Amino acid sequence: MLTKRMLKKAILPIDATASRRQFLKGSAAAAGALVVATTIDFGDKPAHALTVQDPPQPNAFIKIAPDNTVTVLIKHLDMGQGNTTGLTTIVAEELDADWSQMRSEFAPSNPLLYNNLLMGPIQGTGGSTAIANSWEQLRRAGAAARMMLIAAAADSWGVAEKEITIAKGVITHARSGKSATFGEFAAKAAKVMPPVIVEPKDPKDWVHIGKRVPRLDSVGKTTGATVYSMDIKRPGMLTAMVEHSPRFGGKVKSFDASAAKAVAGVVDVFQIPQGVAVLAKDTWSAMKGRAALRVEWDDSAAEQRSTDAIFAEYRKLAATPGLPAARRGDAEAALKSAAKVVEGEFAFPYLAHAPMEPLNAVIEVKDDGSVEVWAGAQFQTVETATIAWVLGVLPTKVKLNTLWAGGSFGRRATPNADYIGELAEIAKTSKAKAPIHLVWSREDDLKGGRYRPMFVHSVRAGLDAEGKIVGWQQRLVGQSFIFGSPFEMMIVKNGIDETAVEGAADLPYAIPNFAVDWHHVKSPVTTLWWRSVGHTHTAQAAEVMIDQLAHEAGKDPLAFRLDLLKEHPRHTAVLKLAAEKASYGESQPKGRGRGIAVHESFNTVVAMVADVTVGADGGFKVDKIVAAVDCGVAVNPDVIRAQVEGGAGYGLGAALRNQITLSNGLVEQANFDGYQPLRISDMPEVEVHIVPSMQAPSGIGEPGVPPVAPAVTNAIFNATGKRLYSLPWQLETLRGV
Amino acid sequence: MQNEQLPVGSTSPWWMAALALIALAAWAAAGAVLWHERAESQPANPFLKIATVLQHPRCLNCHPRGDNPLQGSYNHPHLMKIARGADDKGAVAARCYACHRDENNDVSGVPGAPHWQLAPVSMSWQGLTPGELCAVLKNPQKNGNRSLTDLVKHMDEDKLVQWGWAPGKDIDGKAREPVPIPHAEFVSLLKEWVSLGGACP
Amino acid sequence: MFRVKSFSFEYAMPQDKDSAMPTLSINNRPFDLDVDPAMPLLWAIRDHAGLTGTKYGCGAALCGACTVHLDGEPVRACQIQVRDAIGRKVTTIEGVEGKVAAAVQGAWQSLDVVQCGYCQSGQIMTAIGLLSQNPKPTDADINNAMDAIVCRCATYVRIRAAIHEAAKNLG
Repeated sequence: MLTKRMLKKAILPIDATASRRQFLKGSAAAAGALVVATTIDFGDKPAHALTVQDPPQPNAFIKIAPDNTVTVLIKHLDMGQGNTTGLTTIVAEELDADWSQMRSEFAPSNPLLYNNLLMGPIQGTGGSTAIANSWEQLRRAGAAARMMLIAAAADSWGVAEKEITIAKGVITHARSGKSATFGEFAAKAAKVMPPVIVEPKDPKDWVHIGKRVPRLDSVGKTTGATVYSMDIKRPGMLTAMVEHSPRFGGKVKSFDASAAKAVAGVVDVFQIPQGVAVLAKDTWSAMKGRAALRVEWDDSAAEQRSTDAIFAEYRKLAATPGLPAARRGDAEAALKSAAKVVEGEFAFPYLAHAPMEPLNAVIEVKDDGSVEVWAGAQFQTVETATIAWVLGVLPTKVKLNTLWAGGSFGRRATPNADYIGELAEIAKTSKAKAPIHLVWSREDDLKGGRYRPMFVHSVRAGLDAEGKIVGWQQRLVGQSFIFGSPFEMMIVKNGIDETAVEGAADLPYAIPNFAVDWHHVKSPVTTLWWRSVGHTHTAQAAEVMIDQLAHEAGKDPLAFRLDLLKEHPRHTAVLKLAAEKASYGESQPKGRGRGIAVHESFNTVVAMVADVTVGADGGFKVDKIVAAVDCGVAVNPDVIRAQVEGGAGYGLGAALRNQITLSNGLVEQANFDGYQPLRISDMPEVEVHIVPSMQAPSGIGEPGVPPVAPAVTNAIFNATGKRLYSLPWQLETLRGV
Repeated sequence: MQNEQLPVGSTSPWWMAALALIALAAWAAAGAVLWHERAESQPANPFLKIATVLQHPRCLNCHPRGDNPLQGSYNHPHLMKIARGADDKGAVAARCYACHRDENNDVSGVPGAPHWQLAPVSMSWQGLTPGELCAVLKNPQKNGNRSLTDLVKHMDEDKLVQWGWAPGKDIDGKAREPVPIPHAEFVSLLKEWVSLGGACP
Repeated sequence: MFRVKSFSFEYAMPQDKDSAMPTLSINNRPFDLDVDPAMPLLWAIRDHAGLTGTKYGCGAALCGACTVHLDGEPVRACQIQVRDAIGRKVTTIEGVEGKVAAAVQGAWQSLDVVQCGYCQSGQIMTAIGLLSQNPKPTDADINNAMDAIVCRCATYVRIRAAIHEAAKNLG
């Protein structure tokens, strides 16, 4: 969700000497030592949110216990993307720890210590930045902790620090034959002043990074032991469910709670700004109570249109110029003089994220006025501030516990802490002074908005007589979720929401005359970033059009791309690697097709080759995806493979059959029958190849999503000669081909 | 078209006798082709109405062609590509009763009745004409070795068959459309059909 | 929230299905649950027996996250009512055991199948059910059993691989 520009500013290459031997001054944040206790004392918190230039913070991130375990504090949400394992790996590497002694726990909410270095003073996870923003921070924290252990050992043993080595979690002084575990020196190291000059390891000495270490969450998640916020039990806890307006922008006119209150277990029913809350002794009673509730809605300000009508309006707009998002040369003139003009119109529906764990969180307002919250919290700073604001307490009185999250795909990262704010409103209004668990049902989730916005793209591109692209004009129409959010100042430039046009305005192909416009449309339907954000639609438009242009130019789609990407070595490398591994160029048997696509997002470039089999009935099956990825240093290649496998599946599922539609403003999908998720029989074989790189790590949670739909669309064309544009694929158009 | 036939329930004795004679004659002498010719001018075979029940989505969904049950009012393939399995009660680890219990679940919309299952492959009805359906139904090698009387009893008393008349609510809380003829009328049509020798249209 | 009467490991006592306080055998332990006998087993297990490894994902038998074993067979706990489970053995992810369970969980761990993990109890309980009856499942057998269990992280490539791996390790 962060723009490439922001990322590039903050990411330093590993070999930049500036990061190696800096004399770092600044706040005495790390005064004290390696934390050996179980909680951190924030008495000495820094005066400003940390930046990548601040001294190493071993105290904030690493706990070494006398039992020889090393616990890394994870400042990010782990919603399945595996950052917990990756972040812990970075520390283990610098400490020369043994993997078996490594543990993790989620850091407390603290915007100064645990801010995302790419988001400024905000603790938050998103934009595929967890590893990217933590990379230098944790390398240096780990290196500092290692120096402190060595200093403690040298002092105890009366030997020179430089004669001490650490390997596999053992501190050794070879000459004297002395050795010790980290645990033995944990207490003593805690009294050492953290160094301000640190030198992370030379990549050639890495033992963990670049190799597979087992995920830290595998055992808990395969035995039912992992605790999600859905699993939190507090003494006397009540469950809340909220009846929301069935139309976006609708308000409660009146409600009749008598039948709901008559349901056994229902404790209270009351109005909050988000709707009408039912409070009950357990989840089932809350569900039954809410079903018995009668609410009348005031729809005067609500969205009443159908998505068909909205699309029609978008299509009209797409025929007219919008706000300029990119300009190069004169696209209009180039198209006029082109030998051939190729057009494509792409429509993209609203999409729900539908994480497996429906949204929920627990709140407990204590007698002293302090508040404790448990959630799969993704924007901790925004959430803490929202809870504090709603309840009228200082943010320092709010303790937000981040738990493992059952998926998110962007849904939990809301600029206004939506469901957590709703929970705070319930706590504020409730007369029952008990812990409250707000639970959204699957229906609440799918009907609840925060969708990937609908978009229409109209693209016209011209070829000259030699088959070179001479001009490209693209108009996008879609809502923005950035305007009016705390992120507006960071992301909106000259009236353009960069997340709406990312992947389009910065199209990498060498096209001399280029124009991209955006129409900023508004609706009460709430929208949000959805795994890979703008790239969810811009990659489809770009890569399908390029494929069509290659076809019209009579050129091979791979060769056509490579020719236009000479200035982009990373794109070139992933395309070539994917093509090589997929044996690209072999002829396909009848009924089979092969397509290729490449897309950069979150500073990571992914190419995919898709193989499909098309049946005579118009049905098709994606048989295999071969992906190649350049995401800088591969901290844990197996987690990277998992993210690309999963990203391909997530993108494929949506492209196959997902759309949220409105009929007179009412959402037509309610559960996994109307919004059918990808299932195992739909899943292709996926092969992931990683381009070796010594650049700092870039994103991996999202970049696997964008290329899959265009690669498959292009494969369908290859098999059938039929060019699909919009998503989800309209398969009926393939019947009989 | 089949629904436009004479109301067989309003027969009178002489009409009944005439029909029985014709049916017997057809049965003995001519076979299906002859019967078809005569049906042009004769009162309808009760099986034509019976077929409207048997070929209603409520019944057809579990009498599919092939090895996957159907769902909904348009006979779309069952979500999750549910499979028949060796005993018509679902594949290993995806048994019908994993979700379908002895009664309808009107909260979740999952329908239920005792021994929820697919009909055997031999009882695939999807896409059959009423005549073909009738032939399949009567064939003891396909119908589980049932006589016509057994068939009537089965369709009268079996709880899963009866579900077609009380199909509960769907996932959106809307009442599912039941089969088109009341159960008592359906049973009397069956009896009448049997009493006429179980002739096929 | 719930009371555990005793810790008999063979408990399975039939009783009146409409009694006010049903007793369930979950993971070989008896639980007296002060709940409506019509409550879905899912909520009795999670909210009243306090066993939270079984997950709520859809409430309508569409996702399979709530899959438990009823007398050893995978079923959706959101569709079983408490009264259906009386006198029968309920097994959840916390209590599943034996060599098939160990092989499945071991394969899941060695291949690092999980991502967010929320669906994995349902995946694993179904896979154990599959391998218990079909020790050498084909890809088609796996599709037939596992298609009902949704993973939004789409860990399906590894789920399939882990089932084959567990089958191999079971010999």
